Amino acid sequence: MRKKNKNKNNKNLNASWLKPYSLLQNYPLYIRSIPAEQELKFHYTVHTSLDVVDEKVSAMGKALVDQRELYLGLLYPTEDYKVYGYVTNSKVKFVMVVDSSNTALRDNEIRSMFRKLHNSYTDVMCNPFYNPGDRIHSRAFDNMVTSMMVQVC
Amino acid sequence: MEGLTLSDAEQKYYSDLFSYCDIESTKKVASNGRVVELFRAAQLPNEVVLQIMELCGATRLGYFGRSQFYIALKLVAVAQSGLPLRVESINTVKDLPLPRFGASKNEQESRHTTSYSSDTENQGSYSGVIPPPPGRVQVKKGSVSHDAVQPRTSTDQQESTSPVVSPQQSPPTSPHTWRKHNRHPSGGNNERSLAGPGPFWSPFSEAQTGSSAGDAVWSGHSPPPPQENWVSFADTPPTSTLLAMHPASVQDQTTVRTVASATTANEIRRQSSSYDDPWKITDEQRQYYVNQFKTIQPDLNGFIPGSAAKEFFTKSKLPILELSHIWELSDFDKDGALTLDEFCAAFHLVVARKNGYDLPEKLPESLMPKLIDLEDSADVGDQSGEVGYSGSPAEAPPSKSPSMPSLNQTWPELNQSSEQWETFSERSSSSQTLTQFDSNIAPADPDTAIVHPVPIRMTPSKIHMQEMELKRTGSDHTNPTSPLLVKPSDLSEENKINSSVKFVSGNTVDGYSSSDSFTSDPEQIGNAVTRQRSHSGTSPDNTAPPPPPPRPHPSHSRSSSLDMNRTFPVTTGQQQAGVVAHPPAVPPRPQPSQVPGPHVHRPVDAEGLITHTSTSPQQIPEQPNFADFSQFEVFAASNVNEEPDDEAEKHPEVLQVEKSSDPSGSLRVAKTDGRIEEKTAASAPANVGKSTTPLAPPPKPIRRRLKSEDELRPEVDEHSQKTGVLAAVLSSQPSIPRSVGKDKKAIQASIRRNKETNTVLARLNSELQQQLKDVLEERISLEVQLEQLRPFSHL
Repeated sequence: MRKKNKNKNNKNLNASWLKPYSLLQNYPLYIRSIPAEQELKFHYTVHTSLDVVDEKVSAMGKALVDQRELYLGLLYPTEDYKVYGYVTNSKVKFVMVVDSSNTALRDNEIRSMFRKLHNSYTDVMCNPFYNPGDRIHSRAFDNMVTSMMVQVC
Repeated sequence: MEGLTLSDAEQKYYSDLFSYCDIESTKKVASNGRVVELFRAAQLPNEVVLQIMELCGATRLGYFGRSQFYIALKLVAVAQSGLPLRVESINTVKDLPLPRFGASKNEQESRHTTSYSSDTENQGSYSGVIPPPPGRVQVKKGSVSHDAVQPRTSTDQQESTSPVVSPQQSPPTSPHTWRKHNRHPSGGNNERSLAGPGPFWSPFSEAQTGSSAGDAVWSGHSPPPPQENWVSFADTPPTSTLLAMHPASVQDQTTVRTVASATTANEIRRQSSSYDDPWKITDEQRQYYVNQFKTIQPDLNGFIPGSAAKEFFTKSKLPILELSHIWELSDFDKDGALTLDEFCAAFHLVVARKNGYDLPEKLPESLMPKLIDLEDSADVGDQSGEVGYSGSPAEAPPSKSPSMPSLNQTWPELNQSSEQWETFSERSSSSQTLTQFDSNIAPADPDTAIVHPVPIRMTPSKIHMQEMELKRTGSDHTNPTSPLLVKPSDLSEENKINSSVKFVSGNTVDGYSSSDSFTSDPEQIGNAVTRQRSHSGTSPDNTAPPPPPPRPHPSHSRSSSLDMNRTFPVTTGQQQAGVVAHPPAVPPRPQPSQVPGPHVHRPVDAEGLITHTSTSPQQIPEQPNFADFSQFEVFAASNVNEEPDDEAEKHPEVLQVEKSSDPSGSLRVAKTDGRIEEKTAASAPANVGKSTTPLAPPPKPIRRRLKSEDELRPEVDEHSQKTGVLAAVLSSQPSIPRSVGKDKKAIQASIRRNKETNTVLARLNSELQQQLKDVLEERISLEVQLEQLRPFSHL
């Protein structure tokens, strides 16, 4: 598995870039990465990957909306890292950036991680004190993300 | 240090004070903290205090040892009496009153959770002491007799008051104060120290000594000081300054106490919650919470929706972030609503937070929701009432935990480790876990419970269907109406896919309920199907495909064939013979258009029909049915009457069709062409031409909508024809109960019609495309010619 001394070891979990359909905005509801100092770079990466997400979503066509898979798979690989995407039925996008040298991470693991993220996100939404569109400050969500990132790294 | 001689009273008083300041019982007191408060309470100017501290040697040492402390106190007394501070004055000054400390009461209340147990005792002792103050001052040592008098009176007062106080005791607020009290072996004698001071005795010192005295008296009673007294402490000091006679003071105390206890529910709650397990909910608290729950949701087994809970807790004026966290902790099943348990936990957390306790990261065990038998909690609550807090309010919750053993076992595990939490989330993603969970948590309130669709599988029912068929294979081999049987089998084969598809595209309720009703259907269908199968020996293809899916039950057919129900009985008798002829002609239709085996085609066809049926609203084929059923009666009757023989002849051919695609194809095409030609002459030749080409009709669901109405009309007629056929078939099947069979057959028929229409349209489409290509080629050639010509003209 990953060695922690590698600087490139990063797992940027930028979860839930929300895109309300009316405004065509994409702003992050939650972003988290380790190591934390490269967060800005991941901001950029995730933002550029949003275009790919949109492209994949629109490519599926209206007729197949019901059958569309939530997991979008590898959005695009760069030399340094791979970007995975996942979009919910409410157009909330989860983007995960993983280091390319992390070859042990398999696709189904990524899927399971996205599923966990989605579950936690729904739990956050269930909280009546959470206004959709706010940044996510939930401790439970943070704990889950941390545990997931630790698991990978 | 110089030797310090203290009177007995002073000795005791000083030791009390020292013990009070010496929180950690280390025999030395730091210069901060209580000592400073004490000295501040002495109401001396700061320089004097500093001087005192310097004199006693504390500044040198950095802390107050016992001797330094005593010296300091003595110096305080000296200073208070107005004498200049000298080291020598410690011993030289005689008749020195005890130092007075008039600290603010609020400060002390907030600092110590001690129970200044009895203000009554203080009062009593104080008032008892009041009379002989002048005498007291003169007494330095000894005067035991005098002293003895006072303690006796005070003890009497104490004893008289203590019974009043003890019933209202509440669990100890802070163990360390209890310990402190234990360090005072002397009992009533401490009152002597109270004798000296004037009216400026602060409640603090009174309380301290009084409490120690009280402890001695109360040693037999349950632990420490009632919180009401602590609470009422705030109210009594104003009264304490009135030097009331002790009976009156006792009465005041009691009245004040009752008032105080009634108004300080929060503080009491805080105190009790800080004892041992800080998150334990006492019975009184629980009762309060339950009452609050009732104001929002009268049904104690029901839920409080998230929005209502949000409003309620927002009133507590905690920041939204904290409320959000409290919600996360307390909404155990993450359903966005609070049960009684969850609500109590949330309320308790809110109360704790308001009182300054930090929120835990995980829900404490005592707050975990368990299924509570409300009678139990009510009983417990009633018993405890408002009077004190029984020693173990936690008895109630643990007794209820066995009611949810599995849940309790899982929840603590899950809450305690993130990994387990992850596994839980994995499990929770499976609907089955959710199903179990919901049934546990919210059994009693189906209205507000989360309703989830129960997944029902279609395939097992198909297998069941097969079994049913196999059982009945032997039954009825000699049915004269073989064509009848053939047709439904084909219908069912095709329709098994289509009907399942229809379930998907249609209402989910219908799909589920249809599978529910399926078990009732197979018997009827099984009869028909098996008979068909037994007779369709010439067509092995029929046996190969899986058995037909469950027929949609009336609720599904409701949308489609109300008219069918109406019309079928009408058309029964008339068209039996002729109508019978039609259906057999129809089923083989899809096969000729395929080159590979029927299986390949069927999925394709089914797919086409899937998309067809899913996209094109089912009303399209069905509405024409509605419209045309009346027409159909006439039309079919006439049609049937016209050519009963022809159709009958076509039957045997049709029967064999399943193997040979072309003949049936031609037969069917001819039939369909006959229909189409009646309406659109233009397309007929093209159809004929195209029919020979075995084209698998590509799925073109959307184009169906784009087709002109003209093409719909011939299809309508076909549909009507086939529905008539269907009606006849249905009527001829006595074994099938009409009410159910008709609907199924109707749907099968409509599905068949749709498929036919689809293939026809697909063929049309291919033809048109071919024409388009040709035209484009022509255009290109023309353009080329033009290009060749034009340059010359341009030039």
